Amino acid sequence: MATPAAPAGGARNGTGPEWGGFEENIQGGGSAVIDMENMDDTSGSSFEDMGELHQRLREEEVDADAAAAEEEDGEFLGMKGFKGQLSRQVADQMWQAGKRQASRAFSLYANIDILRPYFDVEPAQVRSRLLESMIPIKMVSFPQKIAGELYGPLMLVFTLVAILLHGMKTSDTIIREGTLMGTAIGTCFGYWLGVSSFIYFLAYLCNAQITMLQMLALLGYGLFGHCIVLFVTYNVHLHALFYLFWLLVGGLSTLRMVAVLVSRTVGPTQRLLLCGTLATLHMLFLLYLHFAYHKVVEGILDTLEGPNIPPIQRVPRDIPAALPAARLPTTVLNATARAVAVTLQSH
Amino acid sequence: MAEAVESPGDPGTTTPRPLMRDLKAVGKKFMHVLYPRKSNTLLRDWDLWGPLILCVTLALMLQRGSVDSEKDGGPQFAEVFVIVWFGAVTITLNSKLLGGNISFFQSLCVLGYCILPLTMALLVCRLVLLAEPGPINFMVRLFVVIIMFAWSIVASTAFLADSQPPNRKALAVYPVFLFYFVISWMILTFTPQ
Repeated sequence: MATPAAPAGGARNGTGPEWGGFEENIQGGGSAVIDMENMDDTSGSSFEDMGELHQRLREEEVDADAAAAEEEDGEFLGMKGFKGQLSRQVADQMWQAGKRQASRAFSLYANIDILRPYFDVEPAQVRSRLLESMIPIKMVSFPQKIAGELYGPLMLVFTLVAILLHGMKTSDTIIREGTLMGTAIGTCFGYWLGVSSFIYFLAYLCNAQITMLQMLALLGYGLFGHCIVLFVTYNVHLHALFYLFWLLVGGLSTLRMVAVLVSRTVGPTQRLLLCGTLATLHMLFLLYLHFAYHKVVEGILDTLEGPNIPPIQRVPRDIPAALPAARLPTTVLNATARAVAVTLQSH
Repeated sequence: MAEAVESPGDPGTTTPRPLMRDLKAVGKKFMHVLYPRKSNTLLRDWDLWGPLILCVTLALMLQRGSVDSEKDGGPQFAEVFVIVWFGAVTITLNSKLLGGNISFFQSLCVLGYCILPLTMALLVCRLVLLAEPGPINFMVRLFVVIIMFAWSIVASTAFLADSQPPNRKALAVYPVFLFYFVISWMILTFTPQ
């Protein structure tokens, strides 16, 4: 952390070593504080160099001034000089204490080294984990291993956002007072973080052996199935195909997550509660993503319905504002229910 | 702005030279993006003027003219801005976390400058949209956007790949691919009212 302040007797001498200490804090120890000050940068842009030069010049000037003022005070003003010196020292101490606090907070929050171990993966590992997320393992007698990494899940969530955007655009989803991008990001990240937290909370209640990081990783990789299904069905608009994929691909990735959780939980009630909740939420989310943002193609429903059915009517979806994620699903579900009701009425 | 600082008492003589120097630097970087070679210019003398100009141009041109709230699904100025800058920040953080030795602003600089081909694609698309709409229109726009998308990725990879450990290049390039895909998608699906 930053070096302690210079002794109280010095006027502004503390400024030099103080800055020096801060520099060492950044460059020493290989820490990866976001280098907003470009101290390890070989940039040739001149304005930072001049900025630094200026700061140093200004500090030297102020040092010289302060020293000169001190001497004057000491010589001529007696008590007043002493008080002035005291107040200056107090102000100086407060400034340095504040600066220390700020630099400590900055290096704490901007220190991305905390996250570095979770991104320590190789491409081959990511590939194999993606494939494994679709293969449920039957061995539930002892806890199955979950890789605690965040790169794969994060990239899968972003991929889901991109696919969702594509789906929303092709279905001409109308979002009032909101944005497509905001909705997509809110939905995907809200699901990943929210459901992970909820299942982690349930796991805590059910005494399951799983950490928050592992839950995030597990659910993140479980979104791989969702990405595949949505990528295919947003482009090929067949309901039968979607239901098939929903059951197969969605089911496989859900089974995998359920198997992992079962292997880490003891007791049939707890297993049922935890795995039932996760399976329900996961499968329903895929259903929701498909129907909320899916193009209802006129008249493409096949002979199941019969020849005399009028084309499906499209209802614009009023998805208002940047709702909190809790209200958004109900609003969209209402709109979807309305669309379904219109369809049913036309039978 | 070095000259302006060194001679503060001469207001009349200092202003044009730093501006021309900076404009020339920005122009040189644009050239480097259009003809990507493995060079250090973008990394060594980074600046954020180019990305800012490109981002503002993109956001202005992607705005829909109408204030009609019915078809409010198009990107607004702030949305494009936020997507570009937060996307670039996310990719930078990701490449740093993967063990890259590139600085924060260098990465922002490279990603921002490599939006240039996509901005050119948007210009071409707007011109093409002046003609009558139809499938040929769409195919032409699709072709142009795909070419420029590939160009952006190649350009940014040429600059960024060296900063990653050799076996993790794919991990760092994938989010760049997603980022430019989202921007290309916004450009391709843009229809002025």
